[in-house]
Amino acid sequence: MRPVPTPASATVTQHVYPVRFKSTDSSSPSYQPSVSQRDHSDSVNFPGALNSKFTSTMVFQNPAEKAAMSTYRIMDADGNIVDNTRDPQNAPDQVITTWYRNMLTVSILDIIMFDAQRQGRTSFYMVSAGEEGIAVGTASALEPEDLCFLQYREQGVCLQRGMTVKDFMAQLFANKDDSGRGRNMPVHYGSGKHKIFTISSPLATQIPQASGAAYALKMKRMIDPNVKPSISVCYFGEGAASEGDFHAALNIAATKNCPVVFVCRNNGFAISTASIEQYKGDGIASRGLGYGIDTIRVDGNDIFAVREAMIQARKMALAGNCKPVLIEAMSYRVSHHSTSDDSFAYRAKREVEEWKRRDNPITRLRKWMEKKGLWNEDKEKEARASIRKQILQEFSAAEKMKKPALRYMFEDVYEEMTPDLKAQMKELKRLIETYPKEYDVSPHEDGIKGLNQ
Amino acid sequence: MRTTNLRLSSLLLQKTTSRSYASQATTARINRKVDYEKTPVLYKTEKAARTAYGLGSESSLEWQNYTQAVCSAMHHAMKVDDNVVLFGEDVAFGGVFRCSKGLADEFGTARVFNTPLTEQGIAGFGIGCAAAGMKPIAEIQFADYVFPAFDQIVNEAAKFRYREGATGQHCGGLVLRMPCGSVGHGALYHSQSPEALFAHVPGVRVVMPRSPSQAKGMLISSILQCNDPVIFMEPKTLYRAAEEFVPRDGFNLPLDKAEVLKEGKDLTVISYGQPLYLCSEATQTLEKEMKGLSVELIDLRAIYPWDRETVLKSVNKTGRAVVVHESMLNAGVGAEMAASIQEGAFLRLEAPVARVAGWDVHAGLIFEKYNVPDIVRIYDAMKRTLNY
Repeated sequence: MRPVPTPASATVTQHVYPVRFKSTDSSSPSYQPSVSQRDHSDSVNFPGALNSKFTSTMVFQNPAEKAAMSTYRIMDADGNIVDNTRDPQNAPDQVITTWYRNMLTVSILDIIMFDAQRQGRTSFYMVSAGEEGIAVGTASALEPEDLCFLQYREQGVCLQRGMTVKDFMAQLFANKDDSGRGRNMPVHYGSGKHKIFTISSPLATQIPQASGAAYALKMKRMIDPNVKPSISVCYFGEGAASEGDFHAALNIAATKNCPVVFVCRNNGFAISTASIEQYKGDGIASRGLGYGIDTIRVDGNDIFAVREAMIQARKMALAGNCKPVLIEAMSYRVSHHSTSDDSFAYRAKREVEEWKRRDNPITRLRKWMEKKGLWNEDKEKEARASIRKQILQEFSAAEKMKKPALRYMFEDVYEEMTPDLKAQMKELKRLIETYPKEYDVSPHEDGIKGLNQ
Repeated sequence: MRTTNLRLSSLLLQKTTSRSYASQATTARINRKVDYEKTPVLYKTEKAARTAYGLGSESSLEWQNYTQAVCSAMHHAMKVDDNVVLFGEDVAFGGVFRCSKGLADEFGTARVFNTPLTEQGIAGFGIGCAAAGMKPIAEIQFADYVFPAFDQIVNEAAKFRYREGATGQHCGGLVLRMPCGSVGHGALYHSQSPEALFAHVPGVRVVMPRSPSQAKGMLISSILQCNDPVIFMEPKTLYRAAEEFVPRDGFNLPLDKAEVLKEGKDLTVISYGQPLYLCSEATQTLEKEMKGLSVELIDLRAIYPWDRETVLKSVNKTGRAVVVHESMLNAGVGAEMAASIQEGAFLRLEAPVARVAGWDVHAGLIFEKYNVPDIVRIYDAMKRTLNY
């Protein structure tokens, strides 16, 4: 990271030019003027709708008259396989068990952290109950080099990709081990090692970024064909998909053939706004078609279907000149939106309890595993106990840990701290030293020394 | 015969360069048009350019206007680094201001391409592209249209490195370029200069080069050297009007330093973008009028983070300051200059810091010449500051 050169002299750089990449991307031809409307042609020749045939029957297409896109499912709510053409077990037993344990870990972590917030031990949390299957299932089909863009309810993705409970706790308690240096609200996870870009609160902003990142991955491979083919994967909810960023992202991904898989968690709610108030069309899946994107709708509670869809989507995204794929995973948001929400203010408790009891990704997989003899009540008890114990240990350790040093308030705004920021850091130090009784800097690593330069 | 010839030739020689929608008062003495062919702000001789950039006689120079210099910078960056890509609306055919002329032909449409019409998409796509290790140049067609991208800039690009923290991930490879400023007939939606809005956001660098050569050096730095996202603002009225000698080879200019264009001891004038040329004219006029007067002219060029040191050093020397910018007065860059100057040079100041800026109005078409700071207003502010 070289600093910007100091003034007075502008350095003239002489370069040895490397091999220049010059090939033309055939996927984005510039407009070729075509022949004018041919006589007696049955199709339109306008540049905007080249495949459209003329009709003399005036029909307004009514989307409500079209059948909704089907929802792909391999395993039903009782854990029985209904799609016998696929082997859901394209992974060994112990790998499937790991998925199960990961979903269980997420679910137990969620309960503990939700309660911790209610007890005032943490400021905020978001539970992903009911949606663990979407997160773990899709993540199980990704490669380590794939770039992940999350919204906020995908802790299962983080865990499946290798983040640890310790990593989670560091972020949740904003302590000195937090990669985010204590700058973000709880659940805004990120990991360089696991290629997860740190979560930001504004919704849908990550979606066009995922398109751009996918384009970069494609370009990198064009520059160096030895680079492993990778995708970017982008998670968002059905509410976020109303934002302009969603539309911009899909449109650019399609026109520029970006190897990105969009995963929409359609859980029926955006805080208190039910999906019937969020959109009129056939979910988010119908929009993919509008943008010229291959799309599938899956049962989000069926971890096998979710995983299969992602495996296939990834292949499609990387084939040939690449393209985006949209997966709409249906589920139900069992949890409140966050700890700042009481969802019983806008929905019946009974409805939630029924979903919780009747069908969720964890019990579905458990039933399948038990039928196969891979799991039983004892294993369940043991798993829950050991997971809970581990979580509580990490919780306790993280809660006691020091917070990041005060210098981290000023660092990373720019690559190098500017003279202004250095001066401001110095000023803050002066203030705290002038009024030592007014500030307790001891929770922060290095205390007041954390402002030394 | 002879009289007819004379009449004919005088008709032919009559200059028809004035356009009715942008004409000066015929009695104007101070408010003359900037003569871009003679302005000392531009390097009109090879010697001037070589001196300015410390180049020997063996270094090649090119005579270029602002668009050509921008194009040249992007061309250099793309040649040198395969990770540089350029995209935006209409950039493939050369761009509405011809800033990307020939680039798609040379580098291919995988590296120089049109996006659909969506500034939020362009910005978001650019951020993602940079986060994944490329050096994207994202073009916003007019600064007036950057607002759909405001969320991506303020909440994402500006915060990216900060929220990532120890992961080290960032989108510093991003440069967001946009033409800005008044052009004579741009009215409400083709004249805006939103630099102050971005200067109130930590995490992005906002720069506005004054000339073709400055644009080339600063753009190359922004693309190839700088690891912070850069908002690169190009005063559109200079695109064709400003022509000068520009170093042919790639070169870098700092993105966090102001430049003293003319040294002086009596008054500091700070400006950036097109008004610098007007400040130069006002300075010439006033220095002729007031014998012995020497005005120091500073090009801020880095709007934020900005070069406090150079500005304060100057005002501590002269004791008087005038700040000039096109965008509106209230809470503009001038306000920050004034606040900082009074903090850093209070006891030295002989007069309040004067600000010459657009009125707090929108850029109405027919009123432009009364809204955008002109030579008279700058001259007047300088004079009153000197006589305070």
